[in-house]
Amino acid sequence: MGAIQRTSDPSTALDAHWLRGLLAIQNKTIMRHVISLLIENEAGALSRVSGLFSARGYNIESLTVAPTEDASLSRMTIVTSGSDDVVEQITKQLNKLVEVVKVVDLSESAHIERELMLVKVRATGKDREEMKRMADIFRGRIIDVTDTSYVIELTGNQAKLDSFVGAIDAGLILETVRSGICGVGRGDRVLKV
Amino acid sequence: MVMTGAEIVIRCLQEEKVDYLFGYPGGAVLYIYDELFKQDKVRHVLVRHEQAAIHAADGYARSTEKVGVALVTSGPGATNAVTGIATAFCDSIPMVVISGQVPSAAIGQDAFQEVDTVGITRPCVKHNFLVRDVRDIAPTIKKAFYLAKTGRPGPVLVDIPKDITAQKCEFEYPQTVSIRSYSPVVKGHQGQIKKALQLLLEARRPMIYTGGGVVLGDAADKLTALARKLGFPCTNTLMGLGGYPATDPQFVGMLGMHGNYEANMGMHYCDVLLAVGARFDDRVIGSPDHFASEPRKIIHIDIDPSSISKRVKVDVPIVGDVGEVLGELLAQLEATSERPHQESLASWWKQIDEWRRRDCLKFTQGEGLIKPQYVIQKLWEVTAGEAFVTSDVGQHQMWAAQYYKFDKPRRWVNSGGLGTMGFGLPAAMGVQLAHPGSPVACVTGEGSIQMNIQELSTCKQFRLPIKVILLNNGYLGMVRQWQELFHGNRYSESYMDALPDFPKLAAAYGHVGLRVDKPGDVEGALREAFKQKNDLVFLDFQVDATENVYPMVQGGKGLTDMILSAEDL
Repeated sequence: MGAIQRTSDPSTALDAHWLRGLLAIQNKTIMRHVISLLIENEAGALSRVSGLFSARGYNIESLTVAPTEDASLSRMTIVTSGSDDVVEQITKQLNKLVEVVKVVDLSESAHIERELMLVKVRATGKDREEMKRMADIFRGRIIDVTDTSYVIELTGNQAKLDSFVGAIDAGLILETVRSGICGVGRGDRVLKV
Repeated sequence: MVMTGAEIVIRCLQEEKVDYLFGYPGGAVLYIYDELFKQDKVRHVLVRHEQAAIHAADGYARSTEKVGVALVTSGPGATNAVTGIATAFCDSIPMVVISGQVPSAAIGQDAFQEVDTVGITRPCVKHNFLVRDVRDIAPTIKKAFYLAKTGRPGPVLVDIPKDITAQKCEFEYPQTVSIRSYSPVVKGHQGQIKKALQLLLEARRPMIYTGGGVVLGDAADKLTALARKLGFPCTNTLMGLGGYPATDPQFVGMLGMHGNYEANMGMHYCDVLLAVGARFDDRVIGSPDHFASEPRKIIHIDIDPSSISKRVKVDVPIVGDVGEVLGELLAQLEATSERPHQESLASWWKQIDEWRRRDCLKFTQGEGLIKPQYVIQKLWEVTAGEAFVTSDVGQHQMWAAQYYKFDKPRRWVNSGGLGTMGFGLPAAMGVQLAHPGSPVACVTGEGSIQMNIQELSTCKQFRLPIKVILLNNGYLGMVRQWQELFHGNRYSESYMDALPDFPKLAAAYGHVGLRVDKPGDVEGALREAFKQKNDLVFLDFQVDATENVYPMVQGGKGLTDMILSAEDL
């Protein structure tokens, strides 16, 4: 067939616009956001939210969900990160889900974050006393004791939990489990139907 | 009245005034089919593949203001439907799909013909439901129709386990529906509309850019009235064709990857852009950064807040039903004596007319091979622009969009968002059923038509006199075009050897088939075909295989960076 002959292949040429676009995206500041939402407490609701994040390539740092005082509603706290444009899209897309009742970006104003962590540590010999002391310093509680181990319960913001993990001897940590954060707005800001 | 779940399903469809149900039976929906058998209000159209049921319901919905409805069985019935559902989702088509599911107790047991239908379809539906109690069937179907057609429309799937359709309960169809987590905005913000009008009145180089939202929102009349009153140029997206009359002098053609030169240039160099029911997608504006490189004020009217400022930052966002908002804009315009700056507008039109003179869609039909563009041009002439045209996906789709001038909305039916080959013929079935007696053409390619060619059988059974306009170039033309332009003429797997004899194939299905290979025969064949009011006619046009779709904006490039013809290469 009469194909058109060409000397250069444009697909290999550097696309200046594309490159500029990429740089523009990289220059946008990525910020951490805490998004809180109320969603109908129905089967499949969680997968709609998590599916939305994976399908659109949004980050989830942590996600917690449980029913509220009104058993027909669940409250979800999602920690995510992205540029302002991305986070605007995240909240719009979440609002678009039929089962989502309300969405707020807690990080837009004063709010409180708390996370629960359980750490199982080896507690033998001199480490036993040291662990007890560290738990006290961080206002943790020892909730399980065996001859060789403790389980320490700790709540706080992410930074506090991180620093506890950093403060104890890494070799003594048997396992850790963290809940992901729960967040609530300060003062008069209330997320309710 | 106490009824079985299956009876309730059918009664709900009757309550929703469903006249056609497109479907395919199977184990999990046997009770529902049994109830269908016992009544004659809802007419069932038996397709030959579930994908076609969804496309047919889709074509039915696009060409009317109604919700398309389909019924499929569990497992493969549902998975076959997925492409159709995703097609409808990408183009925001109101649709309700009812799927059978294995009995409740078998769910999760890897039962025969079991798939997680709700899970599989979740990313490509507006919403979906798994019914777990017979008492939930009626309220769920009510919700499904409500969700499908309100707000930004879309497909809604209702998955019903077989045992639920056999159980009984009292039937009462809910008269109203309220979903606390769902309340789409209808009216636009007054202040924003005022701001928008001010911008429009101050514009020196305005452009109106409209998409599928104007068609689906039945706002074409209001758009046309507004555009004419302002005297502004108007361009439509592929999905928006027919939203503004194509033969109107203010229409500058389709824009985008294969858009008109004047439309793309106008879009790029305007100073105020009114975007209505459109979403600035990659096939429309090319590179968003290139688009942003030219300063302009953008007003964006859309029912879906997430479409606003998604790819392009806008200055005046207006969330609401496009018909409502355009109506309000028009009312405010009529209430004021202010009018756009006529001198600037005149010089802008002068510029647009200069771009127009490039005549970017020109082609020459010689004595030799049939040009595909010529076939579409003749199709438009022969049908006096009054036909419903469905298309598949590829070069023929672009030529149909470029050369068939749609003056009315809902006449152009194509898969814009997902780009589903195999859409055209089944969609045409839905269109023809919705508009008996109207001319319906399915413009297709030899690649696309083979993706759902089995539906020729459905067309025979239901006596659908569709005219299949096959632009047969022997190649997967759009793939071949990209390979020619961007892959050094290496036609990797884009040539189909051993094509069937299409006219004979059509004849085997009981239709009339005809091959046309001379330019002089094109018009006569089309005239003859459209004279056949009761028969499907399959016209196999042997067209020039080397023809490419121009203008063309290469993926990721700016809108003004157009290849206008082979000479530009």
